[in-house]
Amino acid sequence: MIITGAEAIIESLKNENVDVVFGYPGGSVLTLYDALYQAKFRHILTKHEQGAVHAADGYARATGKVGVVIATSGPGATNLVTGIATAYMDSIPLVAITGQVSVPLIGRDSFQEADIRGITTPITKHNYLVKKVEDLPGALKEAFYIARTGRPGPVVVDIAKDVFAASFDYQYPEEVKLRGYRPVFEGDSSILDKVLAEMRLAQKPLIFVGGGVNLSDSSKELKELIDLSGFPVISTLMGLGCLANDHPQFLGMVGMHGTYAANMATTECDLLIGIGVRFDDRVTGLLSEFAAKAKIIHFDIDPAEINKNVIANLRVVGDMRWSLPALNQEVRNVSDELKGQVRTWLEKVRNWYKEKPLTYVQNSDSVMPQAVVEKVSQLTQGDAVIVTDVGQHQMWVAQFYGFKNPRSLLTSGGLGTMGYGLPAALGAQCGLPDRPVILFVGDGGFMMNCQELAAAAEFNFPVKVLILNNQCLGMVAQWQRMFYGGRYSQTSLKGSATDFVKLAEAMGVAGLRVSKPEELEKTLQEALAIPGPVVVDIRIPEVLDVFPMVPAGACLDQMMLGGIEE
Amino acid sequence: MKHTLAVLVENKPGVLTHISGLISRRAFNIESIAAGYTEEADTTRITIVVEGDEIEQEQVVNQLSKLVDVIKISDLTAVESIQRELALIKVKASAATRSDIINIVEIFRASIVDVNRETMVIELSGDETKIDALCQVLDDDHGIIEIARTGKIALSRGPIPAKEQ
Repeated sequence: MIITGAEAIIESLKNENVDVVFGYPGGSVLTLYDALYQAKFRHILTKHEQGAVHAADGYARATGKVGVVIATSGPGATNLVTGIATAYMDSIPLVAITGQVSVPLIGRDSFQEADIRGITTPITKHNYLVKKVEDLPGALKEAFYIARTGRPGPVVVDIAKDVFAASFDYQYPEEVKLRGYRPVFEGDSSILDKVLAEMRLAQKPLIFVGGGVNLSDSSKELKELIDLSGFPVISTLMGLGCLANDHPQFLGMVGMHGTYAANMATTECDLLIGIGVRFDDRVTGLLSEFAAKAKIIHFDIDPAEINKNVIANLRVVGDMRWSLPALNQEVRNVSDELKGQVRTWLEKVRNWYKEKPLTYVQNSDSVMPQAVVEKVSQLTQGDAVIVTDVGQHQMWVAQFYGFKNPRSLLTSGGLGTMGYGLPAALGAQCGLPDRPVILFVGDGGFMMNCQELAAAAEFNFPVKVLILNNQCLGMVAQWQRMFYGGRYSQTSLKGSATDFVKLAEAMGVAGLRVSKPEELEKTLQEALAIPGPVVVDIRIPEVLDVFPMVPAGACLDQMMLGGIEE
Repeated sequence: MKHTLAVLVENKPGVLTHISGLISRRAFNIESIAAGYTEEADTTRITIVVEGDEIEQEQVVNQLSKLVDVIKISDLTAVESIQRELALIKVKASAATRSDIINIVEIFRASIVDVNRETMVIELSGDETKIDALCQVLDDDHGIIEIARTGKIALSRGPIPAKEQ
């Protein structure tokens, strides 16, 4: 089939079962956009390339499919950088197609030229610069394969402008041949006997789950392991939802803003089984004291995660879709024995969980953000797709929503990208048109990509945008209050306070406001009932802290409990 | 402890940048790095000397292995291997000192590749300590003007190539 490079991209996208792309046109991708136009390919035009890449990321997290984003050369491509880094840190499968200046102009500081391959090398799983049209189908085939297999991640395919226009005989490769890329699916199963032996020896075991369980869609197998073993469970931020919050062995989130029970159990346990976790510093606190009494077993698909931060006594390298069912088969035979042996420990840690639950100061004059999250959870039966931005509200959502389903919390956990939330929510809604998608966002992060409200209006994505508006950069202010003598350097937003209701209306989105606690439920119900997108400006107190809190670099058992009764 | 790694990579533009970028970004201690063509046209061999304990060494190997263009890494420290560097040394040499330099060169089995009225250029291949020793003597007795040294390259002894290890 003789077609152009641009048409070949459309064909390749169809071959990869891509039915929607997010993007923004420009000079170097004109030919590609012409082909999209002629093919009537579904394209979501955001208002900024950063919005497009976060939307593709939200789409990928919500659906498990590869998100695709297109941008032009130079500034178009560099505007993707934050979104690509966000996806990389959380192992999200993305393919970013960027235009590059024509081959004869490359390397001459041409108009809108940027070395996006060089720029994105540290933040991609792999990247390509395509200078010959014949290389295009192979590069795209590999890009999708690399993005979605093994530990997922973003791949950039940078394509010179003249490649889009060049004609050639198109054939999509049947298979990928990469000498240097062979992701492990099935690992060494003999290690599972040793894992089982450690499980049988342990008096105080703890299962520690992370984003890898969500990414590999292994929550069913995880639940089986948990039910069979009777072991208590803690989760990272990225692991929330892979086990229902109301599971009788669940102790909540661990780490800087984790529960008392999760942090104490980690400190006291004698066996820690990490499943799809990467021992991030927000989880471990002081590394040398992290789970210092425990042997550590680490399940991960990426061998480079083993011994990166925490030294593992046993490693199970492979896909969770292999390792968890294989382990469950062995655990099944000793299920009663394991349950019996951990009964006292489970009782102890669950008592911690019940005796020192997450709480907050009730205040009848003000709308408390934690109460908003609880109310939304109640109104949606914990069943919505929840998207957050970054900061205090992100932690309150993690603590109080009570996630029940995998892939139901979409949040920038690794990079901590403010401005992620709104465009990611649009992408999630695009991928899951029939599910309620609710965004919690701070007033700071909302302003970072608020232009995408106009895209929400255009495509009628019925996202509910709940702004927890404290008129300051809450998390930064909390640190200033705790560690910088209350000197609020550049964290007050009062001087620039925006009327978010009017802003929403100006962009064609309904706007509501909640200022008093008695207005909360009614207004949330009203918002949920509106068929299109809605912004709800929820006024919350300025001075509130997220508790519990382990100061950066401290041991996990040194929590400031704040609102929790000691 | 030092480890010598033979890293076989796709012979494509940007691969060396990718590898050196990863090394600096992950703050690995790399002592030397040397790249060159191999018996296969589409493969480049990069010899890397890493300084660090077993855990650090394992991280270097695992992180490098994640790069799609890295085909194979073998640790030549674990097997018997031949390790060589090449040095070109420009040393001050007058008519009066030339014969002493020639003596030193012979002792080290080095060779003289350029001579003029004021200087000589000496070529030496060998392991790091041998080159260090020659440089030391020449600098102490005659004065070195400049040195160019390659990174270390290494090959295992015996019939098994790195790609099959």
